[in-house]
Amino acid sequence: MRDLAIETSGLVKTFGDNRAVDGLDLTVPAGTVYGVLGPNGAGKTTAVKMLATLLRPDGGEARVFGHDVLREPDAVRSRVSLTGQYASVDEEMTGLENLVLLGRLLGHRRAAARDRAMRLLEAFGLTEAAGRQVKTYSGGMRRRLDIAASILNTPDLLFLDEPTTGLDPRSRNQVWDIVRIVVAHGTTVLLTTQYLDEADRLAGRIAVVDHGKVIAEGTPGELKSSVGSGSVHVRLRDAVQRPEAERVLAKELNTQVQLEADPVALTARIAGDDADAGAERASRALAALAASGIVVDDFSLGQPSLDEAFLALTGAPPGEHSLALTDHPATDKNAQEEAA
Amino acid sequence: MSATTTETGTSFVPAADTLGAVLAPGARPPRPSALSASLTFGWRAMLKIKHVPEQLFDVTAFPIMMTLMFTYLFGGALAGSPTEYLQFLLPGIMVTSVVMITMYTGVEVNKDIEKGVFDRFRTLPIWRPSTMVGYLLGDALRYTMASTVILVVGLVLGFRPPGGVAGVLAAIALLVAFSFAFSWIWTMFGLLLRSEKSVMGVSMLVLFPLTFLSNVYVDPQTMPGWLQAFVGVNPISHLVTAARSLMAGSPDTGEITWVLVCGALSILVFGALTMRLYNRK
Repeated sequence: MRDLAIETSGLVKTFGDNRAVDGLDLTVPAGTVYGVLGPNGAGKTTAVKMLATLLRPDGGEARVFGHDVLREPDAVRSRVSLTGQYASVDEEMTGLENLVLLGRLLGHRRAAARDRAMRLLEAFGLTEAAGRQVKTYSGGMRRRLDIAASILNTPDLLFLDEPTTGLDPRSRNQVWDIVRIVVAHGTTVLLTTQYLDEADRLAGRIAVVDHGKVIAEGTPGELKSSVGSGSVHVRLRDAVQRPEAERVLAKELNTQVQLEADPVALTARIAGDDADAGAERASRALAALAASGIVVDDFSLGQPSLDEAFLALTGAPPGEHSLALTDHPATDKNAQEEAA
Repeated sequence: MSATTTETGTSFVPAADTLGAVLAPGARPPRPSALSASLTFGWRAMLKIKHVPEQLFDVTAFPIMMTLMFTYLFGGALAGSPTEYLQFLLPGIMVTSVVMITMYTGVEVNKDIEKGVFDRFRTLPIWRPSTMVGYLLGDALRYTMASTVILVVGLVLGFRPPGGVAGVLAAIALLVAFSFAFSWIWTMFGLLLRSEKSVMGVSMLVLFPLTFLSNVYVDPQTMPGWLQAFVGVNPISHLVTAARSLMAGSPDTGEITWVLVCGALSILVFGALTMRLYNRK
């Protein structure tokens, strides 16, 4: 049996009339990045705080590596680390002082704490800023120091609560790289985010959370396939051929074909749960069109996005959930791949 | 192609090998003792003083002002001369100044507690009260500084304690110990109240009657009976009497015991309430 990093059932936290977390069930396998995706106010931070022993649950159960968060808080605390939504470092102190302080609190002797702090500052590119007060740091530097503080004693489970909110694209890529390296060394990461692309890129599995509940769970691929594996969009040279094209596509893809307002255009949704298989079926359908003598001017294969998945799952437009679908700064893909 | 990296600001690229080298899941030192964790938080309090030395204003300028003001304001009228009065006033004004400074503990806790760094402290497997004890250790240093400042001013103005060095040191030690114990009431209010201003407000409301309705400035015998009754039970009066007796070289064990018991009770009651609030925050 695989080790579970987190196991919750029916977790509840209420603030007055507001049920911030309302029966949350999560199962997070160890050794992976697990994404908790949801709009602002979905209860992500509250859930993380309960799992990190900062808040007492009002109902349900939560275990971290088998330890109950209420009954064995110290056992949980010794294995987890939290980088909160707001920097969990002391602004008035220098970067070095912050790390030495935490090192001492984690039981390192003075010299060892200092040595470990210096090595972490170097690994996080903060050596030059070591002696400066944290309030002079940029957002990205602060976030790096924050994560460095979280891995001072490398935790078995790292909570990252919206780690890239408010960062510029480059700093965000740095955080993503750091997360990948940390996970590769055996730490489980629970990442909350309101950015779909972030969950898609980092997480092995994702729980979509809305109004304090998990409304969908699975790999990014599975979530996408819940809205089909995409759709194929075709433009014909001659509108006369459209009924014939519709028949061929419907037969090949075994699906409903939609006729667009444009008299030469058709769109067919590809059923199935595998994007690669979807692409293969789409190309077979195009070949069948050609074999039937239908001339295709232009075609495109649309991959479903997590945005579509979220929409399909909540049944509401993202605006109503204030989910940041496009607000995130455009991804600096090249820098991202170079750094990886 | 990997981008060239320097270690400045945004051009940093996390490298798998250097970062991997500092990652070691499972390797952990044993958790620190309660004392060690408290001292570490005390060190944090001192770093704060180092980075913002202006905050020492209230342990230097304020005590000097208090001493000068009351010595010359009441000295001639009450004791014939300021120097005469000073022999009576100094232990009391020292107690007043230091006890008044204790309220900054609550303000500091209130300001700090909302910051994200407390979430991190609370997820550490350490002795929980150590965070608060650390504050108070830092404050104990401030109390010692304030006491020293007043003593020096007093000596310059002509204060000549018969108890000598040992008596004066014992009095300051008692005062700092009591203030440490008493400060738990402010950590409680710091956690309980929502803003710095309300913490200040409550502090004033408690501290003014406590320090003025005491035996610091005048002999309570001229006061009306009901007031004498209050002054008699006021812990500040007992602390002042104990400090006077130590500085005079004739320690009043009864009063000293009273002060120590009172301090212990304060830690028990307000310490417990503080930790209850801290755990719930």
